[in-house]
Amino acid sequence: MAGSAIVVADLAVRRGGVPVLTGLDLEVRAGEVTGLLGPSGCGKTTLLRAIVGTQLVAGGSVAVLGHPAGSARLRHRVGYVTQAPSVYADLTVRENLRFFARVLGLRRARAAVRTEEVIAEVALEGQAGRLVRTLSGGQRSRVSLAAALLADPDVLILDEPTVGLDPVVRRDIWAAFAARAAAGATVLVSSHVMDEAHRCDRLLLMRAGAIVVDDTPDGVCARTGAPDVEAAFLALVEGS
Amino acid sequence: MTPRVTVAVATRVLQQVRRDHRTLAMLLVVPGLLLCLLGWVYADLPAQRFDALAPGLLAVIPFIVMFLVSSVTTLRERSSGTLERLLALPMGRGDFLLGYALAFGLLAIGQALVAVGACLTLGLEVAGPTGWLVVVAIADALLGVALGLGVSAFAATEFQAVQFMPALVIPQLLVCGLLVPRASLPTGLEEVAALLPLSYAVSAMQAVVASPTAAGVGSDLAVVVGFAVALLALGGLTLRRRTP
Repeated sequence: MAGSAIVVADLAVRRGGVPVLTGLDLEVRAGEVTGLLGPSGCGKTTLLRAIVGTQLVAGGSVAVLGHPAGSARLRHRVGYVTQAPSVYADLTVRENLRFFARVLGLRRARAAVRTEEVIAEVALEGQAGRLVRTLSGGQRSRVSLAAALLADPDVLILDEPTVGLDPVVRRDIWAAFAARAAAGATVLVSSHVMDEAHRCDRLLLMRAGAIVVDDTPDGVCARTGAPDVEAAFLALVEGS
Repeated sequence: MTPRVTVAVATRVLQQVRRDHRTLAMLLVVPGLLLCLLGWVYADLPAQRFDALAPGLLAVIPFIVMFLVSSVTTLRERSSGTLERLLALPMGRGDFLLGYALAFGLLAIGQALVAVGACLTLGLEVAGPTGWLVVVAIADALLGVALGLGVSAFAATEFQAVQFMPALVIPQLLVCGLLVPRASLPTGLEEVAALLPLSYAVSAMQAVVASPTAAGVGSDLAVVVGFAVALLALGGLTLRRRTP
């Protein structure tokens, strides 16, 4: 069984003088898709940014693959997809991805090959030559996702990656996450869409800056006697 | 820093500009057109009136244009999240800054050729080597790029970024020797002017026009380039991998 790829201990983050995370502990295992669920504003994005190493933290530690979060040797190994697509609207899909591939250090020929591979992975073959600006919201977030896949990262951090995607694409993207996890990668996906929870191997339920439950989807339901994760989450949040 | 990544950043910036035809045209042609307008304004007056103003404007215009373009572009990188993505990748901060400087520097060559060409067509008498006008114009443009990259860190919106122009650029414009020779400025102001980079940009351009050997251009140019490098380094400090 794979060990913990991400270990968060006693993490504290303050933003604008207000505590967002206080004493948060967390472990995420490799080889699994872990879902981070919680109402909007509960600190999911802040936690993910702390794991990627782009968030200033007030205390505690975050280790990814045994290294402090954000350290130089992790930059090839961690893929991060922000909630708003962070790609260049005035470049084509292909130009965006080739650029990020070059920044990752791939040689020109390899960058070109890898670009076509990730375009296929997010099913954007038909849009590869189009300017990102002209794409739909869901297509743009797939470009952003493709950019994170370029390095074939060992750890994939995804902040609400399926917002605005149609059901077919959503299913395919989740299948891609599962395939990566099966190959040994660590996949941490945040969502406030509870119906995505059953696609995860493990669930972290977050509320007001704290992890309130860390269990399998079945475990979460059993714990509360609720028929599904959404009902379980409501019971946990409102019952305590 | 890695040359491959620096070049990738520069190539990407140029790709973006190439896509934006209006920006590209304005970058290349507007400075030249403004100098043509200046020539027209002074058309019925003795030639030395135009000759006195043109070198200064040849220094100021590339500086202003590149300041605006680079401050807004960098701000867009910050607000769109692409800067955060890049800093989470194996990209050095120097790659980002030099990539931008390289891309805008290449555009500045085209811009300078058009602007200098306009001045010569309008009959500007250049005592020194004409090629130096292009070199100085490129250095001034890079100074604008460096200042623009630096201030974008202090602007939360594009509105604020654009307003740094009147706040940081126009005061330099007033004291740089364009309106009144620096030696004729009142005590105090003369010393302030000596601390501002645009003064040296204008002085370098005036030296090329006035002196057959372009005496003093080297030291003025060195100050301009020194300021540009220092401002880029300061800009680098504002590129934080971790943000609140």
